[in-house]
Amino acid sequence: MTVPAVDYVALASVIFFIGVAGVLLRRNPLVMLMSIELMFNAANLLFLTFARAWVNNAGHIFAFLVITVAAAEAAIGLAIVVTVFRTEKNVDVDEVRSLRG
Amino acid sequence: MIGFWVLSVFLIASAIWCVSAKKPVYSVVALLVNFAALAFTYVGLNAEFLAVMQIIVYSGAILVLFVFVIALLSSGVAPFSAGPNRLPKAIAPAIFIVLVAFGFLYYALKDSNVVAGAAKSASQLGPVGAPNVFGSVADFGKALFTVYLLPFEVTALILMVAVIGVVLLAGDQTPYVPTQKHAREVEREMREAILKGGER
Repeated sequence: MTVPAVDYVALASVIFFIGVAGVLLRRNPLVMLMSIELMFNAANLLFLTFARAWVNNAGHIFAFLVITVAAAEAAIGLAIVVTVFRTEKNVDVDEVRSLRG
Repeated sequence: MIGFWVLSVFLIASAIWCVSAKKPVYSVVALLVNFAALAFTYVGLNAEFLAVMQIIVYSGAILVLFVFVIALLSSGVAPFSAGPNRLPKAIAPAIFIVLVAFGFLYYALKDSNVVAGAAKSASQLGPVGAPNVFGSVADFGKALFTVYLLPFEVTALILMVAVIGVVLLAGDQTPYVPTQKHAREVEREMREAILKGGER
């Protein structure tokens, strides 16, 4: 018995909105990056859901590309966090305002 | 069917735990649970290769990166603060936005045939783990290296740009500057080291 695709869409949108809430409510850049990973994963779940609904593996390929981009994004984001922490000694994104005009 | 509901409970609970945890390490643990449950969900979606990639890349590489950065930052001076609680101010607009977005989603999916789908590709749907069915490693690899070769190559470029960017951002605090002055300093240090070595 297969699960209908609509259930997967509902699950992915719930996870996506939890990620949005994390980015909006938390001020710790590490937790914000993790929330972005949650949103990437919700998008991946949708790719795979529709790939199976249409029996077409383009969704698998692009989910693979999303995983790669997420890895690059996490690496660069964490490098930025480490660089900011070296100069500011602070990891609250509201306190980092040296780029403000 | 039962498996899907159990996994979705795990997914949503761990996502909420990840977002609301006081310490970033707890968030990483919650995210690990989330990614593991998601890998099992992928197996249920006939995507066995991507389930394995999820475990290897996300749980193996990205989360270890997070753990290392948390260990690096919290070994210094300032401990993490949870920050002010923003939920009371944001709860009303958040509920409104989510309801509107779900409304749009329902309207978009209500009577479209996007979800129903139809078999359009050469590969056949079969049991998970069987060779040469939709989503198997052979099927995925054939598509990746024939039809989707250009996106795959672009992926390599993206990863290289990321590596160079990370090395530039966080690699060395005092980058090598090839100036005349710096060259003279290096030469003098070398000469002094050679002299010292001669005295010994």
